[in-house]
Amino acid sequence: MPQLGESVTEGTIARWLKAEGDEVEKDEPIAEVDTDKVSAELPSPLAGRIERLLVPEGATVEVGTEIALVATGEEPGPDGPAREDARSEGPTEEFPAAGTRAQPVAAGPGESRAAGRGEGDGRGARVPSAEELRLRRSSPVVRRLAAEHGVEISSIRGTGVGGRVTKKDIEAYIREREARPREEAPPRPAPPPPRERVEVHEGDEVVEVTSVRRAIAERMSRSKREAPHAWTLVEADVSGLVGLREVRKEEFRRREGVNLTYLPFVVRAVVESLKEHPVLNSVWDGDRIVLRKRINIGIAVDLEEGALIVPVIKDADDYGIVGLARRIDEVVRRARQRRLSPDDVSGGTFTVNNPGALGSVVSTPIINHPQAAILSAEAIVKRPVVLEDDAIAVRSMMNLEVSFDHRILDGGAALRFLNAVKRRLESYTPESEIG
Amino acid sequence: MAVRTLLQAIHDALAEEMRSDERVMVLGEDVGRAGGVFRVTEGLQEEFGPYRVLDTPLAESLIVGSAIGLSVNGMRPVAEIQFADFIPPAFDQIVSEAARFHYRSKGAWSVPLTIRVPYGAVHGGALYHSQSNEAYFCQVPGLKVVAPTFPADAKGMLKSAIRDPNPVLFYEHKRTYRLLKQEVPEEEYTLPLGRAKVHRRGQDITVCSYGLMLQYVLEAAERLSGEHGVQTEVVEPLTLYPLDRETILESARKTGKFLVVVEANITGSVAAEIAATVAQEAFEWLDAPVMRLGTPDVPAAAFARPLMDRLIPDRARVEEAMLELARY
Repeated sequence: MPQLGESVTEGTIARWLKAEGDEVEKDEPIAEVDTDKVSAELPSPLAGRIERLLVPEGATVEVGTEIALVATGEEPGPDGPAREDARSEGPTEEFPAAGTRAQPVAAGPGESRAAGRGEGDGRGARVPSAEELRLRRSSPVVRRLAAEHGVEISSIRGTGVGGRVTKKDIEAYIREREARPREEAPPRPAPPPPRERVEVHEGDEVVEVTSVRRAIAERMSRSKREAPHAWTLVEADVSGLVGLREVRKEEFRRREGVNLTYLPFVVRAVVESLKEHPVLNSVWDGDRIVLRKRINIGIAVDLEEGALIVPVIKDADDYGIVGLARRIDEVVRRARQRRLSPDDVSGGTFTVNNPGALGSVVSTPIINHPQAAILSAEAIVKRPVVLEDDAIAVRSMMNLEVSFDHRILDGGAALRFLNAVKRRLESYTPESEIG
Repeated sequence: MAVRTLLQAIHDALAEEMRSDERVMVLGEDVGRAGGVFRVTEGLQEEFGPYRVLDTPLAESLIVGSAIGLSVNGMRPVAEIQFADFIPPAFDQIVSEAARFHYRSKGAWSVPLTIRVPYGAVHGGALYHSQSNEAYFCQVPGLKVVAPTFPADAKGMLKSAIRDPNPVLFYEHKRTYRLLKQEVPEEEYTLPLGRAKVHRRGQDITVCSYGLMLQYVLEAAERLSGEHGVQTEVVEPLTLYPLDRETILESARKTGKFLVVVEANITGSVAAEIAATVAQEAFEWLDAPVMRLGTPDVPAAAFARPLMDRLIPDRARVEEAMLELARY
């Protein structure tokens, strides 16, 4: 609705001269408008097709109210179809005051950039929170001091809000560092010699290494390089467990909504055994070994295109079989859907591998650096077994292996742990309670 | 040196200027016979007569308008707006006329006008006797706006304002008229406009403030030092427009933590301008976000005492803001 006079505040559409669907040219009269001062024909400020008339004949609206929608046929920019909002440019032409032009169409909520947050795939960009930024990046002056002195903000203990490193903290750190006798700067590692490239022959397919693959490659190499791996295996007679699962699986599925696999039993046995043998839940730290209090179990999950991911169940000792079954189901599902957050895959203290699900009977897993050990649960296979009294029976047998870091522990400790796990798994019968 | 209250210091400045320069005159509501509703101009009409100490009609546009006219004709008027809340009727004269004479006339005319403006909330003052509206004028080139808190600064700066050939708004916090006392030199002195003052030096946080709030800040700084080991640097702008950016920024860069405390409504306040300046020009030195404390955006001030106390920053809230900043 245009302003047809200096003190005019509203106008009435006396008559529409165009209908919806009509084409209109620029300056062609589109309506007759009455105000208490004057009646006038309203020329269209745009050319196009009238999509909609927003105000009925006879209605009185305030100056500036939208009265019609005109499709101008231009690329629909963020404004969508141009709006016919003939707000006057103000009584005096020479002062196109800032803001007299109608506000661009309020952007629809659809364009939300918040899609990048949290729910995106595990590798997607996530908007960090203020708390995270405070810890990671602190403040301008701290960043500047850190850069000037070659200090990692994360290596300093922070006394500021939320553990933030304050200016005082970093200044103290720098002073302390300068006071300490200068250590020999570690000799720069020689740059790796340029790698010899593999010759590609005709017919060969070259697959680019993805960042996931590269990360796995890095991790595995590092683990093998740093930790002297040793490995041992025991056989567990899990016939009772098999029987238990057979009896209970239907009811479990119905009641809990997730499948009952052997994995929760294995994890539970591992967790309880780790409590008795904490040296397998530890980290090598050069001149000391740190025994972790929390038991965070990583579950190795194989993703179809040859990627491996290890989501972590934190405080796995808080859960019983039912809880573990649920948690495992949840993290595996999220892993397959690529919905794991960095928090989900960090903080593990021990890893359980389940190649048995794919039919393996023996495997030699690589330790998930920087943990002390990793356990593999192999496939359950019916085998003829010689019992105590020399009778031969067909039993369901599962191999359990542990790869361990020989710097931290020896075979004895590894086997004591492994046997504890075996004992627990062998103790189940079809009558056992599932808690 | 004698101990004077803020009120006495202002009175003394007026009396001394009027004695030494016969062009100096005072005009406003109740300033003459009654000696001013706060007694600031007490005794002046007796000493200088009714033509140099004028009781005006109740019309602020007239007070300032005629003062402008007087000033371009050779006088040095000191106009009083009885309460800052009454200044809107004079707004046009101040902003459209007084501020622009010099510029419009290419320097041919100047307006050596001083406008004294008591401001600040008092219990029972309510909507028309409480406002802190200094920010209205802190974006009008051609004006100067000053708000010295303490007696010695006030006396020296009022003299400078009167002697300044350009319009100066001189804001006085009415709640500090008698509250703040200080040793004031008896000999003749002036203080230049446009210079901020560091009241207290410290390493940990900078707090910038003026008026009654400044008094609260200084008290809180003492407590923070004694009880929490936090050393506060306290800066008073003294001149709100134009700001002494150098002094303010120097302090901000030194401590990295900056808080501005004002009594005015926080949005669009002088605090906001100071904070923006610091955020932009001291960015690399900042160890915390630049903070402001003021009255929330509600009409100032409430008549009901508990409501007024709840909204206008008090000692406790000032201290809390300072401590929070120190801990960031």
